[in-house]
Amino acid sequence: MVSAPEATGNQLAGPLASSRRRSRRIREGAIGTLLFLCALVSTLVTVGIVVVLVKETVGFFQEVSIAEFLTETRWTPLFSEKHFGILPLMAGSLLVALGSALISLPVGLLTAIYLSEYARGRTRAILKPVLEILAGIPTVVYGYFALTFVTPALRLVFPTTEIYNAAAASIVVGIMIIPTVASLSEDALRAVPLSLRQGAYGLGATKLEVSTRVVVPAALSGIIASFILAISRAIGETMAVTIAAGNMPNLTANPLEAIQTMTAYIVSVSLGDTPFGTIEYKTIFAVGFTLFMLTLAMNVVSQVVLERFREQYE
Amino acid sequence: MSGREHGAAGVRALGVDSARDRRRRRAGVAFWAMCLGATMVGVVALLVLLTDVLMDGLGQIRPEFFNSYASRFPERAGIKAPLYGTFWILGLTALISFPISVGAAIYLEEYAPKNLFTRIIQVNIANLAGVPSIVYGILGLAVFVRWLGLERSLISGALTLSILILPVIIMASQEAIRAVPDSIRQAAYGLGATRWQVTRHQVLPMAMPGILTGTILALSRAVGETAPLIMIGALTFIAFTPEGLMDQFTVLPIQIYNWVSRPQDEFRQIAAAAIIVLLALLLTMNAAAILLRNRYSRMRAG
Repeated sequence: MVSAPEATGNQLAGPLASSRRRSRRIREGAIGTLLFLCALVSTLVTVGIVVVLVKETVGFFQEVSIAEFLTETRWTPLFSEKHFGILPLMAGSLLVALGSALISLPVGLLTAIYLSEYARGRTRAILKPVLEILAGIPTVVYGYFALTFVTPALRLVFPTTEIYNAAAASIVVGIMIIPTVASLSEDALRAVPLSLRQGAYGLGATKLEVSTRVVVPAALSGIIASFILAISRAIGETMAVTIAAGNMPNLTANPLEAIQTMTAYIVSVSLGDTPFGTIEYKTIFAVGFTLFMLTLAMNVVSQVVLERFREQYE
Repeated sequence: MSGREHGAAGVRALGVDSARDRRRRRAGVAFWAMCLGATMVGVVALLVLLTDVLMDGLGQIRPEFFNSYASRFPERAGIKAPLYGTFWILGLTALISFPISVGAAIYLEEYAPKNLFTRIIQVNIANLAGVPSIVYGILGLAVFVRWLGLERSLISGALTLSILILPVIIMASQEAIRAVPDSIRQAAYGLGATRWQVTRHQVLPMAMPGILTGTILALSRAVGETAPLIMIGALTFIAFTPEGLMDQFTVLPIQIYNWVSRPQDEFRQIAAAAIIVLLALLLTMNAAAILLRNRYSRMRAG
């Protein structure tokens, strides 16, 4: 950015130009203010999110104790016998996040290594956009794929698999976030200076040794940041898990059973006819607030990792 | 891939090729195969997904499919209402999000002083991009539907999706603006241009291809969104096309979700057909973005 003195060349133009100069200054000021307001909108959105979530969540906790919310193991706000324990939903979200991480982290990292260390120009030019398509496919389509293809395939191998199950959701969410891991990790790998690689080759290292013992460790902060970001995306993923994982708050570690994630719960309540202001309505915000804080914390940690632990060369 | 690539080449040149070097070379080939295999996981998954959808849905795409409303009978059901709804949402979201995002990007790149507040705005935008889309739906429900009393209308949906893609367009536009060389600005300031004149006549024209590409890609994300619109209560069974901002509506992803969640196979098939239409729309938008970028980069070069 260049800092510009307002209306430079006109200083010596005399009284004739002064009214023109004034109107110009007013216009410039108005435009600057307008642009500032545009930038302010994004801040208002954050304030809006926090205010809305906090306000209704406070209302929720006037009726339900925080202790019950955090320790009760049943989540049945829509039943006549109500229990408000977030644990089953939290466990559902974490089960899917963990399962999808098992796929996306290794596959994404190895893909990044292939693209950055092995693939030549043309191969790379084809593979990268193809992988980006995976990130652009709507999540509802992944849900369809999980339900009509992945689950039937799982049932061939594990006949006890339920129609709705965490495993199928984990697999498609894992596929969905491969590009997140791959492209961010690849950026980190490519940022490692060539001289480090050449030094290692000069000592007689093989490509495997250079990649795993020099390049990956040098890019570790970027790789870890991409991992955290991918897991945070998996926790926030909504439609694929709503369609494929079921709507059954279930405190289980068995991926072949139906579960319910925090996001799927929020969708299921808003699909029903829940009157505004009731405790059922407020659960949307309490669960949404938990989800928001969890993903925000992970995103911030990922940024801190990236900035604090960045290896500086030069 | 030659043996040399996988290493221990220097040693071999000396004529020494011990068992250890052979082992290192084999490990190298195995690692290369692993990386290539992992890359192929994504490619194969994409191919399987597309084949699955095409095989299920292609037979269902007939002219009536585009011109019928939803129905209890799968053979009579069509996507007229969600198709209209999607185009309405696309247009409105573009109209709302584009000026605000580009304005914000111009402010941050060309106007903003380097102070704490600017830094807060910038960090905040990066964080917003990581907020799950359903949280925007909760915000839309509380602010647009309830507080502003806009009901479950097109404008509520468009506003919700606009704030969802705001950070995406802002960041893409900032990158495009940042790529404009400073020498151009300095030359214009040197001729006595004001800040807005420099922005309007020099910076924006040069950054526009990048800005438009980013906007189209962000809009294609909005078109595929389901969860935020379910939150604000976009309906799934609608037998009319919307005609104004306050009308109720449905969009393709919501219709797809509705059909997928029914147990009958016939509904799954028309869900697949609707997915094909949605993917074709997204493909068109992405192709437009790429064409735009190529055309402008040629013009600038020429």
